[in-house]
Amino acid sequence: MTESTPPYTIVIGLETHVQLQTETKLFCGCSTKFGAPPNTQTCPVCTGHPGTLPVMNRRAFELSLRTATALNCNIATFTKWDRKQYYYPDLPKGYQISQYDLPFSYEGWLEISDPKDRFPPKKVRIIRAHLEEDAGKSMHDEHAGKADSKIDLNRTGTPLLEIVTHPDMRSPAEAKAYLTELKLLLTHLGVSDCNMQEGSLRVDANVNLHLDTPAGKVATPIVEIKNMNSFRAVEKAVAYEAERQYAEWQETGRKLGDPGVFKRTFGWDDVKNRTHVQREKEESADYRYFPDPDLVPVTVTEERIAAVRAGLGELPAQVRTRLEGSYGLTAYDSDVIVNQGRAFIEYFTTAADTGGDGKTASNWLQQDVLRVMGEQNLTIENYPVPAAALGDLLKLVRGGEVDTSRGRQVLQRMFDTGESAEAAMRSLGIEKVDESALVALCEELVAANPKLVADVKAGKMQAAGSFVGQAKKKNPNANPGRVKDLCLEIIARLP
Amino acid sequence: MALYQKTATELLGLLSSGQVTSEELTRAYAERIANIDKQVGAYLRVDVDGALEQARVIDARRKRGEKLGLLAGLPVAVKDLLTARGDLATCASRMLENYRATYDSTVVAKLRAADAVLLGRTNMDEFAMGGSTENSAFQKTRNPWDLERTPGGSSGGAAACVAADEACLSIGTDTGGSIRQPAALCGVTGLKPTYGSVSRYGLIAFASSLDQAGPLARTAEDAALLLEAIAGHDPQDATSINAPVPQYSQTVREPLKGLTLGLVREHFAAGLESETEAAVREAIKVYESLGARVKEVSFPHAKYGVAVYYIIAPCEASSNLARYDGIHYGRRTDEAKVAAELDAERKELLAAGKKREAETLDTSLVRLYRKSRAEGFGPEVKRRIMLGTYALSSGYYDAYYLKALKVRRLIRQDYDAAFQQGIDLIAGPCTAGPAFKLGEKVDDPLAMYLVDLYTVSANLAGVGGISIPCGFSKTGLPIGLQLQAPPLEEDKLLRAAHMFQTATDWHTRRPALA
Ligand SMILES: [Zn+2]
Repeated sequence: MTESTPPYTIVIGLETHVQLQTETKLFCGCSTKFGAPPNTQTCPVCTGHPGTLPVMNRRAFELSLRTATALNCNIATFTKWDRKQYYYPDLPKGYQISQYDLPFSYEGWLEISDPKDRFPPKKVRIIRAHLEEDAGKSMHDEHAGKADSKIDLNRTGTPLLEIVTHPDMRSPAEAKAYLTELKLLLTHLGVSDCNMQEGSLRVDANVNLHLDTPAGKVATPIVEIKNMNSFRAVEKAVAYEAERQYAEWQETGRKLGDPGVFKRTFGWDDVKNRTHVQREKEESADYRYFPDPDLVPVTVTEERIAAVRAGLGELPAQVRTRLEGSYGLTAYDSDVIVNQGRAFIEYFTTAADTGGDGKTASNWLQQDVLRVMGEQNLTIENYPVPAAALGDLLKLVRGGEVDTSRGRQVLQRMFDTGESAEAAMRSLGIEKVDESALVALCEELVAANPKLVADVKAGKMQAAGSFVGQAKKKNPNANPGRVKDLCLEIIARLP
Repeated sequence: MALYQKTATELLGLLSSGQVTSEELTRAYAERIANIDKQVGAYLRVDVDGALEQARVIDARRKRGEKLGLLAGLPVAVKDLLTARGDLATCASRMLENYRATYDSTVVAKLRAADAVLLGRTNMDEFAMGGSTENSAFQKTRNPWDLERTPGGSSGGAAACVAADEACLSIGTDTGGSIRQPAALCGVTGLKPTYGSVSRYGLIAFASSLDQAGPLARTAEDAALLLEAIAGHDPQDATSINAPVPQYSQTVREPLKGLTLGLVREHFAAGLESETEAAVREAIKVYESLGARVKEVSFPHAKYGVAVYYIIAPCEASSNLARYDGIHYGRRTDEAKVAAELDAERKELLAAGKKREAETLDTSLVRLYRKSRAEGFGPEVKRRIMLGTYALSSGYYDAYYLKALKVRRLIRQDYDAAFQQGIDLIAGPCTAGPAFKLGEKVDDPLAMYLVDLYTVSANLAGVGGISIPCGFSKTGLPIGLQLQAPPLEEDKLLRAAHMFQTATDWHTRRPALA
């Protein structure tokens, strides 16, 4: 990609399918656990046996309500189930139970921003979010000239929330930011684990370009991109597709709305880093939607909507605002902390409250705690130093009881032994050096190093570092900052 | 009087007093079936050994003094579209010829819980689509009153087996009249309950918003017994009504005082055969003699009933039957043949230089769907799948399905208005005339669709209805009186039917079968 501003605007809309974290499927009692042997989590209902009937999983609807409310959606007081009809071996009933013209929620938004300020904060509008059942998985095994197709129906009937945005995103970074924020919200609410590898979160992107031409504004034909298995892949695929569409437009001049121009489906190849055509012409499939007569419509009262809203608690965006306001964090720092999830946020606030300063806590969490978590593959839940204990240490550091570098040793000891901050300091023999002893030590060092004194006086400030080094040798507990300050003061007083 | 000629209520008395064992009774029916069913063809399968085994278990439990269920030891026939674990459920279709259900339908589970003996499976129109049982892929069922005539349908086997004394209790299903119409044509009592009062779980769907299972029996008392056993809320059916089940078998003998019958003007108009009209009017007089008042009411939307029904039912059917695709269960066409066939077609096209056509030939999957369904379904089922698929297609949905739903609401409003005017029950003919000849309407689907004229509205409105014998034609064919009640007032239907049956003896007449 060139660095200069491209002569077009990318227009992106995203459709995400999110698997809800329910114990059981949307319309039967089968488990939704991932990874079981094929066809072991099925029953007559989800395999579409004759005579079976669906019964709605109330938990799935509850989680959907929470999500849609958090996405600022309107909640329909009356919603129904529709059958989307098509033939496919992974769809045992010959139809998917979904929601067509009366989704349970519509017209919401999710605010995105970029801590790196590549784009100003904006609200991505959500057209609708609806609940539907997943299909099974087909596995095609073609070897020895004989095509062998296998179907695993474990996933059939798993609750999916489909969230569709308006084409409001204007760059790959915005698309990624939307997905990141959405995932954060969903995991924060505990409605989905958003594991893309296990298919709990699937993204399709609708992309085209808007161009200013001498003949006026034109748009390129819309392409739907599928098969993107990470947010990074979405970012790359959208960027690739924008360039591809621009090149295609320059070559063919084909525009949206031209006769013979259809929406096409492209797949993303993560190895070759390119998109490729999957379906040349989006067939105008007739799904013959109609209300599922086996299910009753769902009514939601205003009281219930209010209760769901009240029960949401603080959402990630609100947490960020709070961390910036009450703890004085930068947008970047609050973003890092909030992105780590609920438990980490709580860890931070406890450490900051006990330690007495947000900025210090944020630094220690990012530079020490997160680093160790990464190195040792820990989560904050099994990180062995309790938040309050870290807070105690931070208080000691801030009070000058221990300097930052020795503080790190203390934290390491706390991590290794489970000792409190004070106990770890004692174990390491760290104690605060009395100010008069420190003054005496510094006077001694100044007297003994005329060469260094001359250097300092000549403005070579690195000489001051040598005093610190010598002081630490004589007394490891000597606070380096204080030693430096004292030495400089003493030297300044010298005639 | 032979055992098999007695009513279920009488038999229950003999069983509980120890005069008869369930095994003896089951054997009596098995013998009766063996003697007579070659002529009637009511049963698709009779499980004599299985039934005797169930009977012996119940007898043993009775001997030990255990408390038994409502139907303790009574044999029951079940229409072949309700699933029973491990048993075939064919829907009288080639498609499900070898389909063995893996679970019990709620109705069957309730029959087992009531200690009924599951005697066998009755014939029907394929997937319950039809009014003469001639759409069964397997066999004809004949009307016991005239073997050249139809027993009606789709629950033709369910009605004929009761009429021919091959069962005293029988389960049918009614989507547009499929219990009441064959009950009328066979001279037995058949009740379609309020939609949602009997669970549809395990009832292999024809039209989900209309299907309802119900009892067929010789008398209202017996029907009350069977309904009480199978009705009730089922958490596995989202459309099931959550209300306690009244003790129909206890209340059925209480006469209704101050009964007001409503006669629908439109039900006594052109098309109704005079003999049938006379018998029905005579039956109304019987009620008047029992103290009932009669009021005429108008159902202005009744005339749209059949049209609305033949939009809604095929639409739902086209969707419900999509699952029979040859992939998961049921009939699958010969895959090797499909492959060979496609291969040959491809070669032929290529040889003719038709490269484009060769490329756009069916995939083997699509051909598998096509052939499995073409082979598995009979003509009437295909007709309705096509009707429904068409009516639900984009561009037609509003004009057909949506419009039909609106008229359906108006039909329900006709009922509501009548019941609000103080009408307790709607009374009228169940069918326009008595049983027609086998083969008479098979080539005229529209004529066949009109056999539901007086019965479809109850399904569209979701209300209950009962058909009881109220006379005979000069040629000796039974005529049925239909009563319809407000939602969940089956007790009124049964009590009114019982009142009639205590004043008349039409229900006791028997066909002369050799
Ligand atoms: Zn299941």
